[in-house]
Amino acid sequence: MHRKSLTQNQKIFSMFITSEFTTARNLFPYTDIHKWLSYGHDGKHPGCDEYYFGRREFSFTLENDVYLRYKSFKSVSSLEHAIKSCFPYKIDIGAVYSVDPDKRHAYSQTGTNVFTPVERELVFDIDITDYDDVRYCCSGADVCSKCWPLMTVAIKVIHTSLKEDFGFKHILWVFSGRRGVHCWVCDPKARRMTNEQRSAVAEYFRVYKGNENNARKVALMGYSLHPFLARSYVDFLKGFFEGELQANQSIFSTKDKYDKILEMISDEDIQSELREKWEKSANRSSLSEEAISLVRWDQLKNTLQSKKHKAPTLRMCVEEIVFTFAYPRIDLEVSKQMNHLLKAPFCVHPKTGPSRRVCVPIDPNNCDEFDPLAVPTLSQLIEEINSGGSKMDVDDDDDDDDTDTSILGKSIKFFRSSFLEPLLKSCKEEIESLYKTKIGKSKDSFSW
Amino acid sequence: MEVIRSQKRTASNDVVSNPKIPLYLTAPPLEVRLEEFELFAIDRLRVLKGVSDGLARGKNPKEMDDVVDALWKEHMRHSDASEMLNKDIISHFVIRLVYCRSDELKKWFLSMETALFRHRFRLRNFEAQRAIVGEFGLPYKAVTGAELESLKERLGQVVRSLGQISPSVVNDICCVSVCFFSFLSFAVEAVYYKVPFEEVPDLVAGRRVLIQKGHAFVAGSQLVSLVVTQFRSHISKALILTNRKWMTTIREREKDRLTPIVEALSTTYVGPDYSQSSEYADISLKDIDQVSKSSFPLCMRHLFEKLREDHHLKHGGRMQLGLFLKGVGLKLDDALAFWRAEFSKKVGSERFDKEYAYGIRHNYGKEGKRTDYTPYACQKIISSAPGAGDHHGCPYRHFSEDNLRAALGRMGLSSRGMEDVMDKVRNKHFQLACTLTFEAVYGTSCDVGINHPNQYFEESQKILKSKTPAAPV
Repeated sequence: MHRKSLTQNQKIFSMFITSEFTTARNLFPYTDIHKWLSYGHDGKHPGCDEYYFGRREFSFTLENDVYLRYKSFKSVSSLEHAIKSCFPYKIDIGAVYSVDPDKRHAYSQTGTNVFTPVERELVFDIDITDYDDVRYCCSGADVCSKCWPLMTVAIKVIHTSLKEDFGFKHILWVFSGRRGVHCWVCDPKARRMTNEQRSAVAEYFRVYKGNENNARKVALMGYSLHPFLARSYVDFLKGFFEGELQANQSIFSTKDKYDKILEMISDEDIQSELREKWEKSANRSSLSEEAISLVRWDQLKNTLQSKKHKAPTLRMCVEEIVFTFAYPRIDLEVSKQMNHLLKAPFCVHPKTGPSRRVCVPIDPNNCDEFDPLAVPTLSQLIEEINSGGSKMDVDDDDDDDDTDTSILGKSIKFFRSSFLEPLLKSCKEEIESLYKTKIGKSKDSFSW
Repeated sequence: MEVIRSQKRTASNDVVSNPKIPLYLTAPPLEVRLEEFELFAIDRLRVLKGVSDGLARGKNPKEMDDVVDALWKEHMRHSDASEMLNKDIISHFVIRLVYCRSDELKKWFLSMETALFRHRFRLRNFEAQRAIVGEFGLPYKAVTGAELESLKERLGQVVRSLGQISPSVVNDICCVSVCFFSFLSFAVEAVYYKVPFEEVPDLVAGRRVLIQKGHAFVAGSQLVSLVVTQFRSHISKALILTNRKWMTTIREREKDRLTPIVEALSTTYVGPDYSQSSEYADISLKDIDQVSKSSFPLCMRHLFEKLREDHHLKHGGRMQLGLFLKGVGLKLDDALAFWRAEFSKKVGSERFDKEYAYGIRHNYGKEGKRTDYTPYACQKIISSAPGAGDHHGCPYRHFSEDNLRAALGRMGLSSRGMEDVMDKVRNKHFQLACTLTFEAVYGTSCDVGINHPNQYFEESQKILKSKTPAAPV
C-alpha cells in the first residue's frame, strides 16, 4: 500500500471500525465486547441489572489527541453509534461505577450518592521495554522473535499463579498491539477487589526491584524460595533461562554482557575469579557465542555452589540471576487502582506506522505458538475488505459459521469459545442463584 | 455516649484485670464530664502523635511495639483497670469525631489508630490474641488432619523463605514467631487458619503465606494481620458514618458546647503539608539550577540531574519532583516552561504539549477533579517502588551502597560524615540519614529531623539566606 497522509491514515483506521465500505462489514466485535462487559446482565432474566453495562466507563482518544473520559453507553448500539461518529483511534475500558459516568455530575457527591468505582477486572500490563536491561537484540519499542519469549514465560508464570494460587477461572490475555501483553481477570471475586487487595496481588508478583541505581536488582532472602517462586523457577524459569534465553541472547559471550551479571554476585573474590577465567579464555575458544555462554554459566553455577556458605547473600545467587533475566516484570501502577483505564481488546494499536496490529487474544495454554509479528495488521484487514471477502463481519453473532476464513475469524472464535462462553455461563448461574436466594428470603417473610 | 457537666461519672460495670483492647464497635453508654472530654482526647492524641513519629523515623515492628508500650503507659495508664478502659474508649470516640471531618484527617486517624491497634495486639500473649480474634466473630477455622498434612511441606518452605539471619534473633525471646525460627529450626507452626486471601493483603503482598485456590494459610503468629485488616475496615466505615452524623446533626446541636472543642483539637497534630509556598519557598526559573545544587535534598537533586541529563523522567519521577517544585514555589507557568524546555529536547515540544502538559496542570489542580495535590512527604517517598527506568524514591533506601556514596560525595560530604550516614542507612533509618546529611552540608544541627523534602529545602534556604541576605542562594 502506498503511503498516505496522517489524517487519511487515521480515517482508514476508523473505517476499520465503521461500516463505510460497500461491503458494510464490521471489523470490531461490538456484540462480543458488549456481552463480555455485561457479565450476563442481558435483561433476559428477572435477576439482571439492566443498568449494569451503562455504568461502565469508556474513554476515547480522538484525532488531534482530544481525550474524552467518562463515556458510558446504555446499550451496544449506542456504543457502536458513538464509535462510528467520533472515530476514536484509541478506546480504553475503565471501571463500573456506582452511577453512569456520563451522568456523574447530576448526582450530589455527599451521603450515599458518591461517584466511585464498584467493579473492575483485575488487570495486568507487561511491557517488554521494562526488560531493556536484559535483552540485547532490541530496545525500546522494537520486539523480535528473540526477545518475545520473555513475554511468553511471563504469561505462563502469572497465569499459573492466578489459577493455582488465587483460584481465578476467567482470565483473558491480550496482545497489547506492539510490544507487550495485557491480562484481564474477570471472576466476580476479582472484579470486586479493593485497591488494597489489588496492590497486594501486584506486590505478591513483584520480584524485580531494580533500576540503574542498584546493581543487585533481585534480592531473594531467606533460606528457601516461597512455594510460588519455587514452582515458577522449576516449571518455567530455569528451563527458559538455560535454553531459549541463552540461545537468543548469549548473555555471557562478551565482557560487557558478563560484567553485568558478575556485578550481581555480592562477593568480590568470586567476581574476580570468574572474570579472570573468562578474560583468559576470551580469544582462545572456537566455540559459538551460544556455547561459550553455556560453558560460562556452568562455571558460574559450580563456583557459587561451592562457595555459597561464604555469605547469606550468596545463598540464592544463581536463582537471583535467573529471576533477574526471566521473571515477569509487571507495571504495578496499572494493577493497583480500580479507576485505571486499559486499552480495549480488538482495537488496533494507535501509534502510527506501516503495520499497526490488532490487539488479539493470546491463548495462555498455547502461548509458545504466538508470534507478535504474525498478528493481523490494519493494512491486511483493509486489503481483505477491498478484495471483497464475504465472511468478514466479526460482529456477526452467528457462531455456526465454521467456514469463516477471515484473518480475524480465528481470534474471535477463540475469544468466544475459551473465554466468553464459560464466563457468561458462570455469570448467569450466579445471577440465577442470587435471585433465587432473594425471592426465597421474601417468601419466608410471608410464612405464618 | 453522653457528655454532661460536673456530675460524677458512672463507670462501666465490667472490671477487667488485664488491659483489654476494645474494638470500638459501638459507642458505649458512658457518661463523661466536659473537661474529661477534652483531656482524654489530648492524651490519646499524644499517643497517636508518638506513633506517627515512630513510623516516620522508620522504626521496625519490634521497636514500634516498645514505643507503643511506653506511650500507652505514659499517657493512658490508670490505677483502676476499668477507668483505664473507659478512658481508652472515650478518647477514641472523641478523636473519631474530631478526625472524621476531612479526608486528610480521616486518613491520618485511620493509619495511626490501626498502627496503635496492631502493636497493642502484638504485645498480648497468644491466648489473649485468640480471644480478640474471636471477638471479631470471624468464621475462619483452623486447618487440621489430612489437609494440613498435604500442605506441610510447602508451609515449611514459606517459613524457611522468611528466615532471618541476624544473630540477635537467638537472644530475643519476646516475639512468638521469632522463637519458632531460632529454636525449632524452621518447623511449621502448630496452628494454621484457612482464610480468603483478600482478608490478609499485607501477608499476601509480602509473600508471607502459602496461597492455594484463593485461600491463604495464616499461621497463629500471623493473626495480627487478619485482625488489623478487620479493624481497619471497620474504623474506615465508622468514620464515614460519624462524618455524616456530624454534618447532619451534631455540629449544629453542639455549636456552643462540643463543636468549638472538636474544631480546636484537630489543628494541632497534622504537620504542615507545604501546599502553600512560604517566604522561604518562592523560586523562579532562573534560580532553579543554582538552588538545586544548594538546597535540594538528595532525592530531588538526583531527579533534577537525571532530568537535565536524559531530558525525560518517568511518571513516578515527574510526580515526585513536580510536586516538590510546586511546594518550593514554582508557579504553574514557570513549571510548564521548565518541563517543556527539558522534554522538548527528547520528544519535541508538540508531543510535550500533547502528552505531558496535562499532567503538570493536573498537579496544580487545574484539570480533572481539580484537587490541589500536596508534595510527597518522606514516608510516602520511602515506601514507593521505583522500577526499571525510574529515578524516584528515597536514595537512602533505594540506591546501592556504592551509588549512594558517590552521590553523597558529590554533595560534599567528608568520609567521616559519610560513614555516619551509611551507618544510619544500614539500620534502615533513612530519614535520620538524610538529617545527618543536612547537618553535614550546612554545618548545623537539625533537632526536629527531616520528614519532608520541602522542609529540607526551607530549612536550607533559611540558613543560606541568614548567611548572605542580599545574594540569591
